[in-house]
Amino acid sequence: MADPMRIRAALAGDETTVRVLMAHIMEPGTRKDAAGALIPAHFIQDVEATSNGKSVLKAMFSGSVSQNPFLSFKFKGGAKGDKVVVKWSDNKGDSRSDEATIG
Amino acid sequence: MNNSRRTAIKTTGAFATLVSLGIVTQSQAQAAVDRAAFQVKTLEDALKAIGGTPVSSDKVAVVSPDIAENGAVVPVGATSSLPNTTEMYIIIEKNPTPLSCVFFIPAGTAADVQTRVKMGQSTNVVAVVKADGKLFSATKETKVTLGGCGG
Repeated sequence: MADPMRIRAALAGDETTVRVLMAHIMEPGTRKDAAGALIPAHFIQDVEATSNGKSVLKAMFSGSVSQNPFLSFKFKGGAKGDKVVVKWSDNKGDSRSDEATIG
Repeated sequence: MNNSRRTAIKTTGAFATLVSLGIVTQSQAQAAVDRAAFQVKTLEDALKAIGGTPVSSDKVAVVSPDIAENGAVVPVGATSSLPNTTEMYIIIEKNPTPLSCVFFIPAGTAADVQTRVKMGQSTNVVAVVKADGKLFSATKETKVTLGGCGG
């Protein structure tokens, strides 16, 4: 299991801003190590955010997203105290899900 | 001076640019993106994979720095003020695999996303959005001081 994500969800007016920092190596599969061998790709492929069981964002990443990916988006319909759940899965089948409370 | 030849060259160039930037092919704008789209090597193929050539629109904006000192972490984002924006694509033109990430925007979520990507060299960043089943795009150039794709 990978390290936990850091998620912040803040309500301003009727819009909730969610900021997520995922801990992941995001190896693109194009780099070479000191011996000249290709470092195998290892990156997050799918990300989904839900709030109260409703999908608020889906994303597909490639290896060209930076290490420890940052993601920020806004949605309407959140309320203080609601949970925002973010889940990712990578190309090696690893996955992780974390949640935060809208504040 | 061979003026007519100059003019001819200029006109041809301008026309080619127009074609490459996008005359609409809306009929193709329906195909859904799949994993293979992330493997293609050129901007043209990436656009093909996401369903056609987008129309340039001033309602779409790319958020990206003019100069990025570190190509490994470049903050980029895309916004769209078009109604019914459902999908957003971020394409880094000169990366080995240009299509970087795709966002699916359900109803209620703003067409305004930010993330961080790697850039191998100075490049155009293209944001393509799908609104009402049609593709629109915006482009911005980012100069990279130190590339982030290794090698």
